[in-house]
Amino acid sequence: MSAVLADMPKTDMPETETSKTVAPAATKAIAPRTGRRPWTFYVLATLFAAYVIALYGPMFCIYILSFQDIRGGLVFPMKGHSLHWFADLVTQVRTGDVKGSFDRSIKLAVIVTVITVVVSFLAGLGFRKRFGGDTFVFYMMIGSLVAPGLVLGLGTGLLFQALGLNASWYTSALGAQLSWTLPFGVLVMFAVMSRFNHVWEEAAYDLGASRWQSIRLVMIPVLAPGLVAVALFGFTLSYDEFARSLQTAGSLNTLPLEIWSMTLNVTSPSLYALGTVTTIVSFIVIGASLGSIVLIQKKRGSSAKG
Amino acid sequence: MKNDRGDIELAGVCKSFDGATYVVDGVNLRISDGAYCCFIGPSGCGKTTILRMIAGHDDPTAGEIVIGGQNVVGLAPVQRRTAMMFQSYALFPHLTVRENIAFALRVRGQSKADRLRAADAMIEKVRLTQFADRLPAQLSGGQQQRVALARAAITEPRVLLLDEPLSALDEQLRVQMRQELRRMQQELGITFIHVTHTQLEAIALADLVVVMEQGKIKQAGAARDVYAHPHDRYVAEFMGGQNVLSGRVEKVNGASFTLAQAAPDGIEVPLLARPTVNVGDKVDIAVRRDDVALVRPGRDLPPGCTTSLPGRVLAIEYQGYFVKVMLDTVPDDEFVAYVPEKTFFADPFTVGDVVMATWATGSALPLA
Repeated sequence: MSAVLADMPKTDMPETETSKTVAPAATKAIAPRTGRRPWTFYVLATLFAAYVIALYGPMFCIYILSFQDIRGGLVFPMKGHSLHWFADLVTQVRTGDVKGSFDRSIKLAVIVTVITVVVSFLAGLGFRKRFGGDTFVFYMMIGSLVAPGLVLGLGTGLLFQALGLNASWYTSALGAQLSWTLPFGVLVMFAVMSRFNHVWEEAAYDLGASRWQSIRLVMIPVLAPGLVAVALFGFTLSYDEFARSLQTAGSLNTLPLEIWSMTLNVTSPSLYALGTVTTIVSFIVIGASLGSIVLIQKKRGSSAKG
Repeated sequence: MKNDRGDIELAGVCKSFDGATYVVDGVNLRISDGAYCCFIGPSGCGKTTILRMIAGHDDPTAGEIVIGGQNVVGLAPVQRRTAMMFQSYALFPHLTVRENIAFALRVRGQSKADRLRAADAMIEKVRLTQFADRLPAQLSGGQQQRVALARAAITEPRVLLLDEPLSALDEQLRVQMRQELRRMQQELGITFIHVTHTQLEAIALADLVVVMEQGKIKQAGAARDVYAHPHDRYVAEFMGGQNVLSGRVEKVNGASFTLAQAAPDGIEVPLLARPTVNVGDKVDIAVRRDDVALVRPGRDLPPGCTTSLPGRVLAIEYQGYFVKVMLDTVPDDEFVAYVPEKTFFADPFTVGDVVMATWATGSALPLA
């Protein structure tokens, strides 16, 4: 913690400084490549390939099996290929409330994302300077990351019940999810802020900018890629959150809860089709986020051509 | 009525960040309108803190800062009509050169057309027209400096504050940009305050050189005064170009006194402005390195020279138009002679030679 804080105020000048003073030759080839690769390369490459297969292999089984035709079952071998189970997903009612839960999950994820970005940014601003009890506040925040999600969700549910409030996805589940996304968002924000040179703020003040102008015209644009990263975290963590939502979502399910309940009573590949669709949604969100970061960086010309 | 005077007065200015140690400790100084003033001192001497207090980025713990007759303590930089050029420039990385320069006008709410027109005029002034749409990362160090200068100047400040503006540049560019700073200062006709730790930079640029040590001003004056007539040992050693000798006063004889030293007859030193010197006092004196002549032992001293100190040549460095000869004349301290190239090579010394260092009596300077 103290390391994180100590890091923040003294970032050196932007990379531009170094990129300009370092001769072009020195910026290339950190490890010069000689003709032959050592045997360790092949060992490590094999290990890495095995890791990737272990990581994505199970998911690919799901994706592949979701493209079976009407005779399809829950296990290999694959029976035919069609988009039947995707159609089934939206037409059949008995498979569960897929559309409703998908809607709710997306809405919830968007709300969580907005709150996470705003609060993390404000926390990042707050932690620029040390203040009394800052370490305590920081550890309190990290504490909720360590707390078991299921227990935390259970507690939230109980609390709502005790207070006579109805648990629902947009109240209790929202709160439970924020207890998960906010610490993550703030941690990412700290890393982002440590790269922000506070002389920029001073320069803005020197040129007559108000605090708000300096945030709006300097901080937010400079930090934009980092804020997108925080948003991405918020969205994906919320979109597939399960443990904390289980006891707090109330009568209407979010998508992960719906999928989970489907695994108990749906015995067709439409479950797999659902998995494929949600993965695609996740990838679209991630792709859009990374794309916008790249776009911002590119526009900023970080690949400085003299 | 706008007050355009950029004269500055610091009165008893102190700054302490922790309440115990003073980074700036009772500084009094007057800088006239339109002057180029350089603060110089080793790092940690408080020069940057003074700059930041004049700029309005730090508040003095005690004392007054008066600009154009108005106490500005507590005012924002814009209200003071000061502008600061930050070390390594702090250009906004997401804005183009034009947008960077127009920033101050943008936050004042000037219309886009107006501010871009004003920015373009300023860009022309600093000769960056062809780079107007580039981002700071795509500029060289010298170009970045010009953008920073233009960005500060567009606020029409009466005082421009520069924090080690040349330190991010390489040697060649530094000399070039030094001239550019001076040119801009004359063109704008406003007060420049420039913080540096490079002696050459200070004396090349400044009308007023302020030498600092540990939060205090050691000497403030014209470049030539500070370099040629240092007040004390610290200034003499810091500004360089001087040999500092110390010894006890042997006898006082009217307008001069004699310092007991390794020299056969002591060192005769004119009293100059020094009020009183008593026999037995320990006194430091300075002799400019380029005033020192070297003669071989047994030869006649040049006319006007009464003092000669023996020494062995420790090292010789060729510097182009002069040769730097280091002697062991003063134990545990440097003693250096800058010998003109032609003089040196007429009768070159080699390391280990014994030589007599001598100088015209009038050129020895007693230090406080």
